[in-house]
Amino acid sequence: MENETTNILIVGVGGQGVLLASELLSETAMRAGYNIKKSEVHGMSQRGGVVTSHIKFGKKVYSPIIPYGEVDILISFEQAEALRAVDWLKKDGVVVTAKTRLVPPIATGGKFHYPDDPIADLKKKVKKVIAVDAEQIALELGDIRLVNTILLGGISTDLEFDHKLWEEAIRVRVKPKFVDVNLKAFARGQELAVAIKKAMA
Amino acid sequence: MRRFLSGNEAVARGAYEAGVKLAVGYPGTPSTEILETLAEEYRSIYSEWSPNEKVAFEVGIGASLGGARALVTMKHVGLNVAADPFMTFAYTGVNGGFVLISADDPEMHSSQNEQDNRFYAKFAQIPFLEPSDSQESKDFVLKAFEISEKFDTPVMLRMTTRISHSKGIIEENEPVKIESVGFKRDMQKYVMIPANAKKRHLIVTQRLEKLQQYSEETELNVIENNGSKIGIISGGIAYQYAKDNLPDADYLKIGFGFPLPIEKIRKFVSSHQKVLVIEELEPYYEEIIHAAGIKIEGKKYFSRLGELSPYKVALGLKEAGLLDKTAGAQIAPAELFPRPPILCPGCPHRGAYMALKKLGVAVTGDIGCYTLGVLPPLEYLDTCICMGASIGNAIGMEKVGGYQKGVVAVIGDSTFLHSGITGLLDAVYNKSNITVIILDNRVTAMTGGQQHPATGYTLMGETTKRVNFIELAKALGVESVHEVDPYDYQGLIKTIEGEINREGPSVIITNRPCVLMPKRIGDRPYRVIAEDCNGCSACFRIGCPAIASSKELTEHNRPKAIIDPVLCTGCSLCAQVCQPEAIVPTGEPVKVK
Repeated sequence: MENETTNILIVGVGGQGVLLASELLSETAMRAGYNIKKSEVHGMSQRGGVVTSHIKFGKKVYSPIIPYGEVDILISFEQAEALRAVDWLKKDGVVVTAKTRLVPPIATGGKFHYPDDPIADLKKKVKKVIAVDAEQIALELGDIRLVNTILLGGISTDLEFDHKLWEEAIRVRVKPKFVDVNLKAFARGQELAVAIKKAMA
Repeated sequence: MRRFLSGNEAVARGAYEAGVKLAVGYPGTPSTEILETLAEEYRSIYSEWSPNEKVAFEVGIGASLGGARALVTMKHVGLNVAADPFMTFAYTGVNGGFVLISADDPEMHSSQNEQDNRFYAKFAQIPFLEPSDSQESKDFVLKAFEISEKFDTPVMLRMTTRISHSKGIIEENEPVKIESVGFKRDMQKYVMIPANAKKRHLIVTQRLEKLQQYSEETELNVIENNGSKIGIISGGIAYQYAKDNLPDADYLKIGFGFPLPIEKIRKFVSSHQKVLVIEELEPYYEEIIHAAGIKIEGKKYFSRLGELSPYKVALGLKEAGLLDKTAGAQIAPAELFPRPPILCPGCPHRGAYMALKKLGVAVTGDIGCYTLGVLPPLEYLDTCICMGASIGNAIGMEKVGGYQKGVVAVIGDSTFLHSGITGLLDAVYNKSNITVIILDNRVTAMTGGQQHPATGYTLMGETTKRVNFIELAKALGVESVHEVDPYDYQGLIKTIEGEINREGPSVIITNRPCVLMPKRIGDRPYRVIAEDCNGCSACFRIGCPAIASSKELTEHNRPKAIIDPVLCTGCSLCAQVCQPEAIVPTGEPVKVK
């Protein structure tokens, strides 16, 4: 159908860099010639709360919101957030999540419980789960904020964009002095996803 | 050139292309980014933050009467504040084109209500336009200025959060050439004494007839004919959700929402087997269409609460028998802990709430980050109605002896300047015994850090005079004015306690800046000495995101505390409530007092 779209949902916690990741992805899709819309809500609800960004691209895009159960790729910056969003995924959808664990004060008081192993729970629900220790890699590369580019590198293996377009998007959207390290982070994410997929196959 | 812009950025671009000379507003989600974009990208336009929406609207009127195109931006509830000039400006009409952006917030992502401002346009009898994506957000601004000048009327462009904050691809054009026409004295038109206003009211009704004709003819209200027996009448984001689900139905897409093109609608309805109206929030179209004796269905299938979504529209269409299966799966929310919004680590508001809770007073609240004091674990705020309401609320409560332990109003710096000053004046004038705490973090924080009259900077980045809150309070007649450090827990308690027991109104001003300001506090983060922590959980109860429970337990099986050194700003409030003195600055394991 004309309005068939590729749907990507990015989730995380306020301050993790969800919005930059969705900007880079959108920029790349636009450069690849797609029509694209994305939606996220900022404001009060984002003070330490859950941040979600919907991205839809294709020939024709109507609303910027993905229907439940229609997400092709779920990118999560935090493992429990991946679990929270997993029901948005299509049957054969892919999850790429950072292994980051952010336990809010409310889940330390006894009333609420942070799941013991969200990634194991995810794997019970979805076949394709790629869990990456993105924080560790980011620290190795010298900046914790690189988590988003590492995850993008990871999902790039599920999208058909030319590598050149990703690189252009990073060059346009990232401050010049951080371009090289972001390109490295992107490549690390890519390698890791390929290796994990190989192991899963 | 093609660009990927949010609805708000597209409105700013539209203002630039329309030759706007002056843009003015007050920050408010979801409208804020329009003026921020103008001030950053389109510096040829004079743009400013006014202290509140009423002033902003009046500045906009002045610019229009002065012969230039003017843009005024605000969130939906902001128009309540500006309703006075808004209603009468509808009578006088414009000189240079005048466009009001009303950014509504269905679902109340960051608002106290979800009023549907389409009714305001009908109320004032002025036209409104409603875009359904970023491209239209830009195009409709240009269209709105044309309509404003052609029909001599202010025009409202109604945005919603989903349109303002979603992004899409837009095509940029060159700005149009508009010459400012200058002010032309016309007392009968602009001086609204009864004799003149009576004549203008007649002109408003005559104008409405012309606008009705325009609505029937304009391409803003467009029929999409796909040869279907099913017809959908929709506009704004709801139109997109409908298209997601029924791409092949026939549509009457409403871009010009008041007055509605009734004859076009009548014809559209009569040529289809079944017609549904799909609109977010109130049955605005539906009521007008019904009143014209046209048979349609709408809110029977679609909720008037909150935002619509592709999924909610699918459910409604299914119920109406227009969709066999719902798009997507059933909602199956994972059963997980919530992540409620919370005051940032080091937030200077935290100390005030800790002290107020300790004192057990009634706290009337206001609009800003500090409204988050109502959420667990602080949970210490008693009211939140609208901008500036805290002070009036406190006066009334205290006058009737509503709370014996004392009544304290908390209000932020920007909110105080917006509409708290008159409340404080009332407290002095009418000899109220309340205590007002101005939580001065030196920025409009909740909306992302905008300037205001007490920051020393304008929207366009120039330095300017700074309001001095102490002098201002004294000038209003407040005799007892204190400045306190909100990181000094005991000091806060002492000052507030002294003031609630004192006759007459008093003002306490907290003096720490927002932690998200460019210049961070930058003190050394604190840490927990595990062997000294007794698991009392006093530090958990101040609701700081930097404090979490450790896996290590005390001998009584209670979790000890740990502090995330990346998040901690070193405000020291947790150390001040730690009885065993187990919380200390990093790198210096000495006890703090």
